[in-house]
Amino acid sequence: MDPIMILMVIVAGVLIFIWFTYNSLITLRARVDEAWSGIDVQLKRRTDLIPNLVETVKGYAKHEKDVFENVTKARSALMSAKTPNDAAAANNMLTGALKSLFAVAEAYPDLKASDNFKDLQQQLGDTEDKIAYSRQFYNTNVMDYNVKIKVFPSVIIARQLGFKEADFFKALDEDKKEVKVQF
Amino acid sequence: MTIYDEIASNKRKTYIVVAFFIAFITSIAYIFGKANGYGLSFAGIALILSGLTTFGSYYWSDKIVLALSRARPADPKKDFNFFSVTENLCIASGLPKPKLYVIDDTAPNAFATGRDPNHAVVCATTGILSKLDRAELEGVIAHELSHVRNYDIRLMSIVSILVGTVALLADLFMRSLWFRRGDRDREKGGGIFLIIGIVLAILSPLVATIIQLSISRRREYLADASGVLLTRNPQALARALEKISADKEVLEAASNATAHLYIINPFKGKDFGAFFAGLFNTHPPIEERIRILRSM
Repeated sequence: MDPIMILMVIVAGVLIFIWFTYNSLITLRARVDEAWSGIDVQLKRRTDLIPNLVETVKGYAKHEKDVFENVTKARSALMSAKTPNDAAAANNMLTGALKSLFAVAEAYPDLKASDNFKDLQQQLGDTEDKIAYSRQFYNTNVMDYNVKIKVFPSVIIARQLGFKEADFFKALDEDKKEVKVQF
Repeated sequence: MTIYDEIASNKRKTYIVVAFFIAFITSIAYIFGKANGYGLSFAGIALILSGLTTFGSYYWSDKIVLALSRARPADPKKDFNFFSVTENLCIASGLPKPKLYVIDDTAPNAFATGRDPNHAVVCATTGILSKLDRAELEGVIAHELSHVRNYDIRLMSIVSILVGTVALLADLFMRSLWFRRGDRDREKGGGIFLIIGIVLAILSPLVATIIQLSISRRREYLADASGVLLTRNPQALARALEKISADKEVLEAASNATAHLYIINPFKGKDFGAFFAGLFNTHPPIEERIRILRSM
């Protein structure tokens, strides 16, 4: 075969490789971003459930004002948080306030027995699971992406085109501390 | 072994078995062709016939199995755990939500079917929904969803086509022996190939079935491992399997055609201790599955 032909085939091969690798990196990166939004979807679901919960508990335990205030304040803080750090801190506050709310509900047997309350409890529990799974899915996608930008030969393309590693979702040190239940 | 090694090993073993199967079919097609002089057109016809009959069952697998099993659609309120657990696993895996159905039977079991993740169906008995706690149910549903995600339905359909081809080849071969003397146009066949051919014609459907069941068992292990990768909780699935196997009731809605889809073999009453029975089991032994899960 003509040496020029061979050279052209090789060049074409390299170009095609670059094309496919680039597309694959873009796709993996997009999946990471989508998974990150997915976590927000579940967090929002939780904040949406809270007004209902507060109303139900108020119906039976009107005098526990502090608890309600804490929950409502934490919820507003979370919804207006601008930076990831603010969001994490507000999230923590909300988890603590919710735990206090449920602890208070223990003292009211009528409330505990009400179908409304049981249903909300079940939904909140399920939402916590969903938040955890959406974080897991995010991490899975981050792993696939990070591996792809580091393995040979796609590492060459990735580095040249400036693809950066994505961060895993890590529990903040805040989250790992004991959550205080206040009455 | 880590879960990733488990998954890789199961996939590798599937490839090896399927490759061996294809080699097996090619050899017997060759031998039959030599033995009766018809050559490879024989194998082509068998493959097409088998393919046509199996394709329908694969393409409409979700509707067919539901009709056979008398299942009813699940209710989001009554079957809250079933619904929410499946939803959560779909979030974790990125799969679209399958349609959920329930079989009214106290025997605990579950299955999944569907030609691809967009046409998937997961079905559980009322027995399993009441006997398992949420974490255990999660393990079981994760296993079923993994079957869908790993395209096991498609794989087993292809394997069925191959098995059907083998059975047809053997059958056509035996019939063609009756017409040997009447046909003067085809090339001369016969001799040693004839003898080998007859032996193979008798044994090959059996061997093909054994291979098919071995692939089925391998995919069950893979579904266990893939499911655990989703839930990150192998102990829950191990507990669920223990609970299900302790229940001696036989699932009435299952038949031989659908048995391989369920999480454990629904025909528990039979004695599966012997080695030969083990070869013919669609599912691996439960003790072995539990042992692997507990060691993850």
